[in-house]
Amino acid sequence: MEWFKKKKETNSEKKVKIPEGLWVKCDNCKEIIYKKEIENNLKVCPKCEYHFRIVARERINQLVDEGSFREIDSNLVTTDPLKFEDTKPYKIRIQENIKAHQINDAFIYGTASIYKRQVVIGVMDFSFMGGSMGSVVGEKIARAAELSLKERLPLVTVSASGGARMQEGMFSLMQMAKVSASVARLKEAGILYISILADPTFGGVTASFAMLGDVIIAEPKSLIGFAGPRVIEQTIKQQLPPDFQRAEFLLEHGMIDMIVERKLLKETIYKIIQYLMPLQSPY
Amino acid sequence: MPYYLDFEKPIEDIENKIRGLKDSSGEEARGKELRQLEKKAKDTIERIYLNLTPWQKSQIARHPERPYTLDYINLILKDFVEFHGDRRFGDDPSIVGGIGLLDDKSVMVIGHQKGRGTKERIYRNFGQPHPEGYRKALRLMKLAERFKIPVITFIDTPGAYPGIGAEERGQAEAIATNLMEMSLLKTPIVSIVIGEGGSGGALALSVADRLCMLEHSTYSVISPEGCAAILWKKSGGLSVDDFSMAANSLKLTAQDLKSFGIIDDIIPEPLGGAHRDPELTAERIKEYIKTTLEHLMKKDVTGLVEDRYRKLRGIGAFKEIS
Repeated sequence: MEWFKKKKETNSEKKVKIPEGLWVKCDNCKEIIYKKEIENNLKVCPKCEYHFRIVARERINQLVDEGSFREIDSNLVTTDPLKFEDTKPYKIRIQENIKAHQINDAFIYGTASIYKRQVVIGVMDFSFMGGSMGSVVGEKIARAAELSLKERLPLVTVSASGGARMQEGMFSLMQMAKVSASVARLKEAGILYISILADPTFGGVTASFAMLGDVIIAEPKSLIGFAGPRVIEQTIKQQLPPDFQRAEFLLEHGMIDMIVERKLLKETIYKIIQYLMPLQSPY
Repeated sequence: MPYYLDFEKPIEDIENKIRGLKDSSGEEARGKELRQLEKKAKDTIERIYLNLTPWQKSQIARHPERPYTLDYINLILKDFVEFHGDRRFGDDPSIVGGIGLLDDKSVMVIGHQKGRGTKERIYRNFGQPHPEGYRKALRLMKLAERFKIPVITFIDTPGAYPGIGAEERGQAEAIATNLMEMSLLKTPIVSIVIGEGGSGGALALSVADRLCMLEHSTYSVISPEGCAAILWKKSGGLSVDDFSMAANSLKLTAQDLKSFGIIDDIIPEPLGGAHRDPELTAERIKEYIKTTLEHLMKKDVTGLVEDRYRKLRGIGAFKEIS
């Protein structure tokens, strides 16, 4: 029976050898797709066009010229002003997130070029505590806007966030006012601000800088709103319409300028910048 | 009969006795007993109100007899002309606003409005505004700016309303626009939290040159109940202990927020809270507004707006690591 035994072993060995995560199930159409295929397609499902959530660095790579991104203020961290503790201390939660995601908070920003046009770009990272906005995120957005103002460079932000960060209490809420005041100054100075909304964007982020773009673009099917769907359902005690708070719903209600697929995003941003804020006035 | 919160039970017991005594014919001996009881009531109120927990303050901030915006408007202003509507969709009764006289000077007063009694509470949507409310508020602020009149806002809301219509008409955009426009408004803004400061819905009226709170009011990024629900996802439902713990963690009291430098001042309430003496509370608010405006109206507008920005810009708790 030696041969039989051996065969069994090879079989199980073969199973183990299959690298994990080679295949992924699309959250939308439930198709099993070869992971590489999705990655080569900007993390968009080739079958149903579903846009997977992507982390901040992936987003930046997709939007700017290769190697042009210079990150600024990557070393800012929260000081945990409330000494907040729930199932675990906020301090520990932050450390774990920093370790797991190799990023010091839920927003990164810097200068970069888009088809050689210089911009200031800032991107939220939903994987870091749900992309929530606390002191660090607020401070970085304000600094990004101030840099735009100083250098007269267009500002581009990409949002993906659950809203204000509960663990920093009122410090988080006040970041909404702070970042709104910062982008307000761009408008007065005639500097273009493009806000891109990715899945999901809610609460204090939508209700501050994300909805203040001169031009607002959303990715297809992204969930965007002020109150979360569950909160609304509990409040009004009825079921929500099927496309409620999707990008398409916002477009229909006049809340955003356009819905743009991921593969056309860079090109679209570039065009808007070149047309609205050309380096030399054509007039 | 006044309304008592659960932790006010000892006060209720004494005050019931007092009422009982007063109802019976007043004799000399009763007079003495009455005085003793009244002293005891005062001591009890003092003992309870000097040691309030954040959760107890959250309850006082929502006390059904606590004065609301229109109560203060009536007590503080000599005259008041209310304005309505956002000129786009509708009028939101959850936010009231208009022009009035503070002594002999014009002020624009805008505030969240809760209702008293079932009918009015529903009419005011429990003080939870729709986008129209925020847009009306901004319209009135712009009006004040044009006529160089200062803006006073009263903050008292559980939060902006989470509903289908509110989302359809851009709740987030309405709030965001207020934050932006208020940061640029070329006239002084003084905001006073009189009850509940509920998250973004409160913030949308409180980007100000001076932000102050009544002693027992609260201001928070999320309600203690909401915070508890997110943090301690329990199957058996949440208890008062959970809310209490969440209220402690959130640091939502006027005293905590003053120590963080997030608010500028605290207006002390009469013993036992604003609802026990609305007139005295209104008097103190009026004094605060008058002294604050005297100072702010002297500033040149550019400096005023710049200082407002610096104030907002300075809020944050972060550090650089190497």
